[in-house]
Amino acid sequence: MQPPAIAIRGAHKRYGEITAVNGLDLEVAAGVCFGLLGPNGAGKSTTMRLLTAQSLADAGEISVLGYPLPAQSKQARMQMGVVPQLDNLDIELTCRQILSVFARLYRVARHERHAAVARALQIANLGARADTRVSDLSGGMRRRLLVARGLIHRPRLVLLDEPTVGLDPQIRQELWSLIDGLRSEGVTMLMSTHYIEEAERLADVVAVMSAGRVIAQGTPAELVRAHAGERVVEVYGTPERLTQVSELAAQRGWSSRRSGPAVAIMRAETLGEEVPDGTSRPANLEDAFVALTGEEIE
Amino acid sequence: MSAGESAPVEVRRVRRLEPAALAGVMTRDVVLFGRYWKATTFSSIVQPTIYLLAFAAGIGALVHRVGHFSYLDYVATGVVATAVLFSSAFPGMFNTFVRWRFQRTYDALLAAPVDVEELVTAEILWIALRAGVYGLAPLVVGIVFGLHPTAGMLLVVPIGFLTGFGFAGFGVLLAAIAKTIDNFNYVTSAVLTPMFLVAGTFFPITSLPAGIRVAAKFNPLYHCVQLVRDASLGGLGVADLAHAGVLLLFALVMWRLAIWRLGTRLID
Repeated sequence: MQPPAIAIRGAHKRYGEITAVNGLDLEVAAGVCFGLLGPNGAGKSTTMRLLTAQSLADAGEISVLGYPLPAQSKQARMQMGVVPQLDNLDIELTCRQILSVFARLYRVARHERHAAVARALQIANLGARADTRVSDLSGGMRRRLLVARGLIHRPRLVLLDEPTVGLDPQIRQELWSLIDGLRSEGVTMLMSTHYIEEAERLADVVAVMSAGRVIAQGTPAELVRAHAGERVVEVYGTPERLTQVSELAAQRGWSSRRSGPAVAIMRAETLGEEVPDGTSRPANLEDAFVALTGEEIE
Repeated sequence: MSAGESAPVEVRRVRRLEPAALAGVMTRDVVLFGRYWKATTFSSIVQPTIYLLAFAAGIGALVHRVGHFSYLDYVATGVVATAVLFSSAFPGMFNTFVRWRFQRTYDALLAAPVDVEELVTAEILWIALRAGVYGLAPLVVGIVFGLHPTAGMLLVVPIGFLTGFGFAGFGVLLAAIAKTIDNFNYVTSAVLTPMFLVAGTFFPITSLPAGIRVAAKFNPLYHCVQLVRDASLGGLGVADLAHAGVLLLFALVMWRLAIWRLGTRLID
């Protein structure tokens, strides 16, 4: 059996009074796309920084690709690619120049650098913009260049920190196609996100993070089944009606949540005829997430 | 070959200050320099020209000799030190601060197999190399104005490199300490300006009050000026070993302090 690509045991990280990571246990198997789902402030970005040793854990053990961190983080970083949440490209350089610089930083052999840059440009569909300065690229192109930069050395593991945050839907779709392509090629990926749809669509396994630790983990289907059941009934009505339904759910011990203009009652298939009239739909990852954390998410 | 197949990188035991990491970071600097070398070179030539015009032509009309040097020789060699100071301390401060805080470049580099020691060392090395070369500019300008060229002037490159290494480290250290970029105004006014004035650049420190004369001996730029003057004007002697020693010590201390302080800010 292959060792896990990432193993975190009992990690803690505090910044002054704030506990960002609080007893985090996480294991990412090789070859999967692993989604780290959580609201802002759940500790996802700190977890990513712990994995590149840009943050050092106060306690706990972390290993990446078999290398213990932080002692051998450099060896691990040689075989992993990082796609950051915030754009940190050199805006004065061209796509080709940036990729060439990072090919060198990632120790791609001199005779392979040219091909590596061409390949990364092709993956990111930026061949036609190879000699365009970053400052002249659109937001979507810059994001794709960030992905290409993280793949320049054919990493065994890719960390994607909120890869589509702040992007418009069309660019998000482009990025998802790119990530989906990597997944189908067997690249191990750890992707943090606070978009339910992103995790549901791309991740083989999802860990739900809240308050600095993982509170549930499984395939999206397993999480939905375990925490939201199979069906959800959404009851619409006046604010008074919704309050009544919420109170009824609380009295009966049903798992429910406010969902926009409705109250959603989970595990409707187990509740018989007592369930108020409403619209029945399949449970989804958002239902499971809210049931787990009590927090709404995008 | 797919993205997921084995990486072509050679995974091996890593050591401190890997040449590959230093070369990688410096490659980025060189590529960036290709974008703005004209502006940098322009200021490196125009600035000493202005100093030489102002001091050699202006004050030189009143003061013909300082010790056994003509005032032109004295100022032209003195201006080398200011050129080295400005072309190392300012990039150390501003480039570091902007790349770290505004452009987040250092986050990107540290996510690659580069550590803080390598990052800071490469940045300082690059700045020092530039400072060493740009240190020649005042001498070239001085030659146009009548300074006699000597083979010893070529020693200005390593002297400028060593001094630039120290001041680049000093700049990086300040960037790691500064809370905002405006903080550099205090440093420029209260530290760098007095430093280049009280270094024997435009007038000998022997003309200064005793207290300031002693303080000047602790000014690394004073030792740079003495070395440059002795190398360029044919007066190298045993005392210059002490000047070089001070510059070496300054460079080592600033290098390590810059790594330590920026490391505490970049790795949390």
